[in-house]
Amino acid sequence: MSERPIGRFRFMDEQRVNLDGFAVEDPALGLVAFDSPSDPVPSLVVDAGGRVVELDGKVEADFDVIDAFIASHGIDVSVAAEVMALDDVDLARMLVDVGVPRSEVVRLAAGATPGKLARVLAQLTPAELVIAMTKMRARRTPSNQAHVTNRSDDPLLLAADAATAAAFGFREIETTVPVLGDAPSNAVAVSIGAAVGSPGVLVQCSVEEALELELGMAGLVSYAETVSLYGTEQIFVDGDDTPWSKAFLTSAYASRGIKMRVTTGGGSEALMGGAEGCSMFYLEARCVALARAMGAQGVQNGGIDSASVAGSVPGGVRSLMAENLMVMLRNLEACTGNDALMSESEVRRTSRTHPIFIGGSDFICSGFGSIQRYDNMFGPSQWNSEDIDDYLIMQRDWTVDGGLRTAAEPEVARLRRRAAEAVRDVYRWLGLADLDDEWLEQAVDAAGSKDVPAADLMVPLEASRVIRQSGVTMLDVVTALDACGYATEAERLLAMLHARVAGDYLQTAAIFDEQMNVLSLVTDPNDYTGPGSGYRPTGARLHEINTVRQQRSVEDLLLEQATGSTTSFTVRGPAKPGSDPADVVIGVSAATGRRIWTTLSGMSVSDVLEELLAGLEEEGCRGRVVRVNDTVDLGLIGLTAARLAGSGIAIGLQAKGTALIHRRDLAPLANLELFSVAPTVTPELYRALGSNAGRHAKGSTPEPLRNPYSDMAIEARFHTKVVSLVAIERGCLDPSIGPEELDVLR
Amino acid sequence: MTVARSGRDSSEVTLDAVRDGLVAVDDIRIHPDTLEHQATVAEANANPQLAANLRRAAELTSLPDDEVLAVYDALRPRRSTAEQLETIAASLESRGATINAALVREAASAYARRGLLAGA
Repeated sequence: MSERPIGRFRFMDEQRVNLDGFAVEDPALGLVAFDSPSDPVPSLVVDAGGRVVELDGKVEADFDVIDAFIASHGIDVSVAAEVMALDDVDLARMLVDVGVPRSEVVRLAAGATPGKLARVLAQLTPAELVIAMTKMRARRTPSNQAHVTNRSDDPLLLAADAATAAAFGFREIETTVPVLGDAPSNAVAVSIGAAVGSPGVLVQCSVEEALELELGMAGLVSYAETVSLYGTEQIFVDGDDTPWSKAFLTSAYASRGIKMRVTTGGGSEALMGGAEGCSMFYLEARCVALARAMGAQGVQNGGIDSASVAGSVPGGVRSLMAENLMVMLRNLEACTGNDALMSESEVRRTSRTHPIFIGGSDFICSGFGSIQRYDNMFGPSQWNSEDIDDYLIMQRDWTVDGGLRTAAEPEVARLRRRAAEAVRDVYRWLGLADLDDEWLEQAVDAAGSKDVPAADLMVPLEASRVIRQSGVTMLDVVTALDACGYATEAERLLAMLHARVAGDYLQTAAIFDEQMNVLSLVTDPNDYTGPGSGYRPTGARLHEINTVRQQRSVEDLLLEQATGSTTSFTVRGPAKPGSDPADVVIGVSAATGRRIWTTLSGMSVSDVLEELLAGLEEEGCRGRVVRVNDTVDLGLIGLTAARLAGSGIAIGLQAKGTALIHRRDLAPLANLELFSVAPTVTPELYRALGSNAGRHAKGSTPEPLRNPYSDMAIEARFHTKVVSLVAIERGCLDPSIGPEELDVLR
Repeated sequence: MTVARSGRDSSEVTLDAVRDGLVAVDDIRIHPDTLEHQATVAEANANPQLAANLRRAAELTSLPDDEVLAVYDALRPRRSTAEQLETIAASLESRGATINAALVREAASAYARRGLLAGA
């Protein structure tokens, strides 16, 4: 093998992004994002009777099942000739031209073949994808979907976590099982927990198609998503379905008043070895065309389980976003991936999500892991409970509604307890299980299933058996909740059953707001036509986005500082010039000992002064503490003090901890030594600074001091405090008072 | 409010009624006329395929859960012979589920051509 690489490359190799896999483009294996040589030249031939007889280079006799279904159900032949004649670039321009209404693009796209739309969307740059997404998504108000699962299918923890997800603003919750037999119990627990958290949260349990439908029919879930489509016939059939079985399934859900979307995703065919040499994006274009042809209202795509396959090839991440836009073009609900974790790198996974986050979609994530990574039974998500605060702060940074909101700790604690208690009581009432207090207390407090050792793995299985055998429906759950004293939650779940009867949430991109209004393509259509239009967070929602729990005001800081006010700084009198050559003055800022007692490093100002004075003493100097009342500038504080010192040497100290050595003959902004990064200064360094000031006073050689450096984002941590502290200092200024000599008493 | 499949108005399906055991499963099932109405809304919102789906769904409201699951299973690859699919189509047709019957027949024809019938 080759020689050992140089240190720079050994170091680069250690970085997390290099754990990801990157593939050389290989069209034969389907490892190509856009434009494989085997992708067809788009074509569409319609006979006199309006029958599609050629689709993307294939004549009717050669249609596979996907072609055949799209040809017979998915093409609006009345606009086919018009749109197929349009130049790819001209059509692409319509997507980003805010002067062309969404409805016009939707009208044209209805007549386009998969191959045509694949070529058109391949034209768009990332920035154009963002604008097109902003304009083309179905629902005006963006939203988000959570995963709520855990390793033990613990119903108490599922309920508490579902309530938590609802509190953070998720409007859809998807659960699944590590153990298939646990599915009914999980569906019930998550539905109850979601209802505790908020009215109108939709719940699904992702399992095998037939079982999922069964759960829906029993009312135990309120929507479905795990109805997978593939872009080649072989893989579709390997998935044990055909377009007709899936179309029938789609209708079966609607016949019970249940919302449903399908799942697709670029790279899945390549992953299963059946891409037939086509690009991921062309195959995805077929899936999306098929979804529309079947009459599904929406699509979950953007790689999903194969996002990392798309991510491994050039342009792959761009193609994931283009897939989502394809769904919007087809006038369907877009649940835009950002689901399975596609990189070990924090930078890369953020980069993959960010354009969609700022463009806005019907559901930014089709599975934000609201639980910890290890508890996600779909596998870790792109975003997890580890990242909820990051996400909330990203919303605030960009004034973007990513569907989440800040939840206060006491409220989440209350909801988790109520959710766990409701499940315990309902399970007892329905004869599903007896769950003990120790388990419940652990589940309420838990950050994840590792914190719930009391969970009994047999409980969900046994509860599920009883649910299926005795035919428990959501009506029974409503009855049980009511009987156990949870009338509010009983009403909320009954409202979800009413929603099935009304059917308004079968329309495209439907969610419920907290007042149970349906927000959909029909009731809340996207009206973006450029700046000043479309959705933007305002009023209460803007306040919610802006008000993160970590924010601090000057008042908060003053309260925090007041707790440190144990030292008394008393004014002895006006400071007089000294004459002793051993006299060194420590000039402190105006707020010192009046409003500010603690420096940014956490040391008290009096401890800092003690170190400085001790350092001076080591060099045989005598320190005096003088408060400078007419300036916040540390250079001027130091210079003012130096002019009072018998030695002509002074130390300037701001209450926040920044310190320097000054000499009376220097310009105000010059200094002899400076500790500029207050949060990192240690007691030893303050003492050394005192000692050096003494050496300057005596004319001997000071020890060179190094500012401590750190790889932390010190400025991010402290700059907001600095702004407040400087404002407090400024508020303490009084130019009418000259420098005052202080006694510092501890 | 809306009328449920049972003919009962949703406004009567209250928590009190549930408590008193006066709510049946059909009181929380969607009525085919509601699905037809939703189909017209979907059409008006530029999605005739969603409308077609909702009309197929309207027909399926009268099928029991077990039969819906059975038809779905019969439509999966290589589960049914052409004759079996025709029997299902005829049965659906006889009960007024004509759009679904057509879907099953279309499937049978495609399956025959693509080798997706049972035993193929």
